[in-house]
Amino acid sequence: MAAIEIKGLTRRYGDFVAVSNFDLTVAAGECVGILGPNGAGKTTVVEILEGYRHRDGGDVSVLGLDPAHPTRSWRQKLGIVLQSASDLNELTVREAVEHFARYYPKPRDVDSTIELVGLTDKATTRTTNLSGGQRRRLDVALGVVGTPELLFLDEPTTGFDPEARHIFWGLIERLKHEGVTIVLTTHYLEEADALADHVVVVTRGRKVADTTPAGLGSRSQNLVSVRWYEHDELKEQRTAEPTKFVRELAARFTGEIPGLEVVRTTLEEAYLELVNASEQ
Amino acid sequence: MTNLPSLYYHRSRLEIRLLLRNRNAVVFSMLLPVFLLFIFGSVFNKTKLGNTGVSFDQYFVAGLLASGLLYSAFQQLAIAIPEERSNGTLKRLVGSPMPPSVYFVGKLAAATFTYIFQAIALLAIGHFSYGIHLPSSVSLWLDFAWISALGLAASALLGIAFSNFAKNGQSASALASPVVLFFQFTSGVFFVYANLPKWMQDVAAIFPLKWMAQAMRGVFLPKLFASQEVGHSFELPKAAVILGAWTLAAALICRFTFHWLPKNET
Repeated sequence: MAAIEIKGLTRRYGDFVAVSNFDLTVAAGECVGILGPNGAGKTTVVEILEGYRHRDGGDVSVLGLDPAHPTRSWRQKLGIVLQSASDLNELTVREAVEHFARYYPKPRDVDSTIELVGLTDKATTRTTNLSGGQRRRLDVALGVVGTPELLFLDEPTTGFDPEARHIFWGLIERLKHEGVTIVLTTHYLEEADALADHVVVVTRGRKVADTTPAGLGSRSQNLVSVRWYEHDELKEQRTAEPTKFVRELAARFTGEIPGLEVVRTTLEEAYLELVNASEQ
Repeated sequence: MTNLPSLYYHRSRLEIRLLLRNRNAVVFSMLLPVFLLFIFGSVFNKTKLGNTGVSFDQYFVAGLLASGLLYSAFQQLAIAIPEERSNGTLKRLVGSPMPPSVYFVGKLAAATFTYIFQAIALLAIGHFSYGIHLPSSVSLWLDFAWISALGLAASALLGIAFSNFAKNGQSASALASPVVLFFQFTSGVFFVYANLPKWMQDVAAIFPLKWMAQAMRGVFLPKLFASQEVGHSFELPKAAVILGAWTLAAALICRFTFHWLPKNET
């Protein structure tokens, strides 16, 4: 059975259509990455799935239940890491994890949860005194302490330095190994590439791609950039047939082609191209 | 471990612990009645009310205990809940499997703790430094207990109801503090109720503070002072009915207006 089934989801804020006719299926145990620019509707979709926001239309099922009518036993199977939180300030890391563990029937061990997110040294530190990245890891600890079947991560690594991000990715890999279904909202292409089995690109409330990270990269018709100098001017041609193009180019030049470069489009470029195309 | 009494216990402990870690709350909220007694007591120390022999201090302590119910339950919750709504506390809790009643029990525990602390500080310092007379019989102490319990319930529920009308802790504080002050002036806390203009008495008589203060006077003032009251009695049964009605009304308002998330996040 799919962990998440969405058909024709629509949500408006006044006249503004935040999410329009959105479909998505997430298999149990899968990690899906939801990508898109700011204001694209990612958080609206995710918060409807989490049972926070209402919807104006469409059918939604999360772990077999309509999230518009959440129940306690359904909440016990969910882990939620919100985009921003500034609560818990005067509690220590350990107190916060210990407290939230009480609300679940089969919580993870408190110390090993703290260890999982790498905060063992900070266990007795008050939340106000944590750095931004440590604070985020505490949010993740609170999201996983109830041993969720389904974990929502809304922009979990915003503000992380590269090293912290890699440590965090390792943590998510471990959760994937445990069979947790993960919905990851992110700005970072390389994050989706590293973690997601399946990526969805959202712009202006619409799904514009639903594929694998590799599929997203190869979606672009003009996959490869060929650059060279001609009459002291940098030229660039995007082409799906770089070999053919370079052969033609070589015929125009006697000898070396000045400054020749053949560059494969990165995932990021493919993504930006997709977003720009759908925003026009 | 998810049985309800245990969750109530742990949430209450957490709320009280958080309260004690917030030094501002300890000083301003818990010791405010003592400060007020110090200031007013210094000014009006010798003043006797009419020919009853009752000092203003003795009258004022009853009003301060009633005010303490508003400070610790109404004002504290009216400010803390919007703050927790805007900083994400409520969003995290409602996204967890916590039964909603756990949150409210925790808040009530924090209010009760603050009130008990205020009352003990006020009565101890009042008794030993200002010669305040304490209730002399068990039945008066029992009256004090039920007035406090009912007053806490009404105030706390009104505070929760009020919390639905503020965007965040700051605006809640700006809204709730003048409300408390208004009722203190009109309900016989800072001034003797019987000396207030009739219209002011009539307005105050609709709201709980007047009845809490009057019932507290029934505990802390001598019986013969009852003749000085507007109704020539402390009217404890009437106070019980009115406070009970406010408790029910506030519970109904909460039932229909309480929201866990900021309005633009649903």
